[in-house]
Amino acid sequence: MATQRNDMLGHLGDSVNRLEDPPLISGRARFVGDVNFPDQLHMRVVRSPIAHGLIKGIDIAAAKALPGVVAVWTSDDIADIPPIDFREGSNPQLALFRQYALARERVRYVGDPVAAVFAEDAYIAEDAAELVELDLEPLPVLVNADDPPQDFKDGQTTEAAVVEQGYGDIEKSFAEAYKIVEVDVKVGRHSGVPLECRGSVGRYDAARDVLEMHGAAKVPHRNRETLCRMLNRPASGVHLYEGHTGGGFGIRGELYPEDVLVCVAAMRLDRPVKWIEDRQEHLTAANQSRQQRHKIRAAVAEDGEVVAIDDELWLDQGGYIRTHGTRVANMTTGTLPGPYRIPNYRSVCHFCLTNKTPAATYRSPGRFESTFVRERLMDAIAEEMGMSRLAVRRRNLIALEEMPWGRDLDVLGDSVEHDPGDYEGLLDKTLEAYGYDAIEKELAERRANGELVGAGVSMFFEKSGLGPTDGSKIYVDVTGHVEVVTGGASIGQGFETAMAQIAAETLGTDYRRIKVVHGRTDRIEYGVGAHASRATVLTGTAVYETALQVRAKALDMAADLLQTPADRLTITDGVVHPEGNPSGPSVTLGEVAEALAPASKARGKRDPFLMGEAFFHIDHQTYPYGLHIAVVKVDPDTGGVDIERYIIGYDIGRAINPAMVDGQLVGGLAQGIGGTLFEEFAYDADGQPLAVTFADYLMPTLQELPKPEILLTEDFPSIRTPLGIKGAGEAGITGASAAIASAIDAAIGVPGAVTQTPVTPQRLKKILDARG
Amino acid sequence: MADKVEISLNINGRDYSATVEPRKTLADVIRDDCHQTGTHLGCEHGVCGACTVLIDGEPVRSCLMFGIQAQGKKIRTVEGLADGDRLHPLQQAFTDNHALQCGYCTPGFLMLATGVLEANPDIGDEELNDALASNLCRCTGYQNIIKAVREARDKMKSA
Repeated sequence: MATQRNDMLGHLGDSVNRLEDPPLISGRARFVGDVNFPDQLHMRVVRSPIAHGLIKGIDIAAAKALPGVVAVWTSDDIADIPPIDFREGSNPQLALFRQYALARERVRYVGDPVAAVFAEDAYIAEDAAELVELDLEPLPVLVNADDPPQDFKDGQTTEAAVVEQGYGDIEKSFAEAYKIVEVDVKVGRHSGVPLECRGSVGRYDAARDVLEMHGAAKVPHRNRETLCRMLNRPASGVHLYEGHTGGGFGIRGELYPEDVLVCVAAMRLDRPVKWIEDRQEHLTAANQSRQQRHKIRAAVAEDGEVVAIDDELWLDQGGYIRTHGTRVANMTTGTLPGPYRIPNYRSVCHFCLTNKTPAATYRSPGRFESTFVRERLMDAIAEEMGMSRLAVRRRNLIALEEMPWGRDLDVLGDSVEHDPGDYEGLLDKTLEAYGYDAIEKELAERRANGELVGAGVSMFFEKSGLGPTDGSKIYVDVTGHVEVVTGGASIGQGFETAMAQIAAETLGTDYRRIKVVHGRTDRIEYGVGAHASRATVLTGTAVYETALQVRAKALDMAADLLQTPADRLTITDGVVHPEGNPSGPSVTLGEVAEALAPASKARGKRDPFLMGEAFFHIDHQTYPYGLHIAVVKVDPDTGGVDIERYIIGYDIGRAINPAMVDGQLVGGLAQGIGGTLFEEFAYDADGQPLAVTFADYLMPTLQELPKPEILLTEDFPSIRTPLGIKGAGEAGITGASAAIASAIDAAIGVPGAVTQTPVTPQRLKKILDARG
Repeated sequence: MADKVEISLNINGRDYSATVEPRKTLADVIRDDCHQTGTHLGCEHGVCGACTVLIDGEPVRSCLMFGIQAQGKKIRTVEGLADGDRLHPLQQAFTDNHALQCGYCTPGFLMLATGVLEANPDIGDEELNDALASNLCRCTGYQNIIKAVREARDKMKSA
């Protein structure tokens, strides 16, 4: 890169302490629950207790009569508010399936909002909500996406869409196959479940004619666009504010019914309206994810080459289609071939609504699912072909010489084109680094002694840096402090620190002198937020480009001030000085900013201020890659799985802050293990949710998690970003269920035993009992 | 709904008086009436531990107690951990070891660990793991939390 490295200041590649930490460790953070405005009302949502029914009547009289209650709304009170639209704009084919802020005519899942109570106090609002009487006439309930579709409305069935992707000649490949291998596997329903429940505060400032929504996260700018469309307001009259965010994972920050309600209520009741979700609500109302069934088959050649994959899947979307539309179907079908060549491919997704909580994205959407399915298939091929599990993978991995490897597949509007990377090289490196052969040998000995122990490997490619573009603004003030304004979002991943490190390295100053703004629609017009492992890649590169601009301007001004050509100057710790001579004549960045002030004579014809604004456009997403290795021990009596070791190999391209990358991988893995072994949103035949508390929805504690061993390589910086950055947010979770499933198979000596996640003790005990 | 009563709470050495319904949880009184919002609510049914505070030195889930029950007791919250600008060794260890991401569970973990280490400064690694397993974190995978608490334990012992 063009800039100097400032080793002392903790920039690119240094695991510096995070800028985010001080308020978070001292109790001074401001999460949405901590946001209060004078005279605010509290909202409580009344939710459907049944999974499917006709709304015959809603009696709000008793609730309204309770002292302290200001208003009680049903859908009639907001009949002019359209259903919540898709983030990417209108989609006539899916429009019918959108959710209104309050249900009309029918309820479609347990938890579907049907009324909203506004009261002086949160306790009163909750009391009043219990007094709202619902007259619901039950309708037949559809619980499984792979059951025959039912009528949704107006003659449309619950199969809302069929998403198909593929290339090559499937029929010919299967007709000529040496062997056809087939599996039928299911991924269980689970979700992000951040530790902070959702919340939002709506506030209408009539003096400025601005509607504010506090508690925004993930995609504030996109949600502003949607709100403007829905409420017919100008962008300048709607602003979203992101404070501290207690975990995102894809599910927080989408535009939900409750967000629309607080905004509309703030305007119509003319008082700020605060809504804070409780955990029971969260487990039935926030986006769930993952549930898919795949019937997938492979056409295999005699040498183990997978000539074709043909996949049919059913995606359980739940009661409505929310802001994502069919994105999870798109990402599942678009990434399923993974790191393998697969010259012929077809995937057909039945995108089906059911009477369960609506589903959408959760960390590594589509890849967690497709990696489990594909790697289960690869294991089955190994078994059928009499090859080792690793040999089948090696036979099919895309080779370095073949990169970049394009496929005629779409992932979020981007045609898949793998960045250069050495998939087999990383596999070898990782196996070698942790002595995989010795691990397998030891496990074989233990198995011979009767222990149920085994190892499994999964390989995957990731997608990160969703484009196409992002921008930032940088302003240096006369004290030399720097403000970096971005359209990014901070959901706990260390966004501020990463942006500050990039800006600091490029500008030549201390990252602690930099303040990073995010999640504020009133500070920058455009932003794509924090999702799809994109923030550091896209926003970070935009910050880099902007900082280069500001640096050039600083050097140009300083050249005048120091009477030295700009190309002989550099910047260290906020001081411009001659290259190679830190104690020579110098000016601080603050002094340069002063020289560039609007009224400064020194400025000459330069534009005022030491500031810059730049955009970064990316041609394709970046596609990092990695592998997971799980070593497990199964308890034959309980069906419990103990993960003895867990190894991750991952090529990040370039780590801005290795400790934060490590944190993403370890934290992602924890969620991956949760979704593989414990977490499940189960429903009974009537569509009643069975996991509505943390006593039923089991997230791992530290007792269930191993200390992962991580090989983080920077062998292949992305060719698509000037700093070589690839994303880190999802690689810890993507390969988890696939590796653990394979390890369990090996441990119990039954290839293909695991066909469904989560592999709860009950399910595994059943498998063990059937094994005899 | 019962009539409101006046209660007095001692938080971090300071007395607060509040007029609240007897059913109001301690967590809500601390947050809404005493305006100490560092104590967070993660589940309100006693599982996640985000709302952990110390009551007379014992880690307690403040969502499972009523405010009125804490009268006359010494309550400690995350706001009272630092000594002015000087961070508590646990706070320092958390930031030094990247033991937090979103930071929502952090106050609960800090108070849990404070209570555990004050009661048993020589606590062994395994026992410490048992204690820390009573709170949930959704971001970190816990490894850095364990590391931070062990580091703080060792520093506090040698201090």
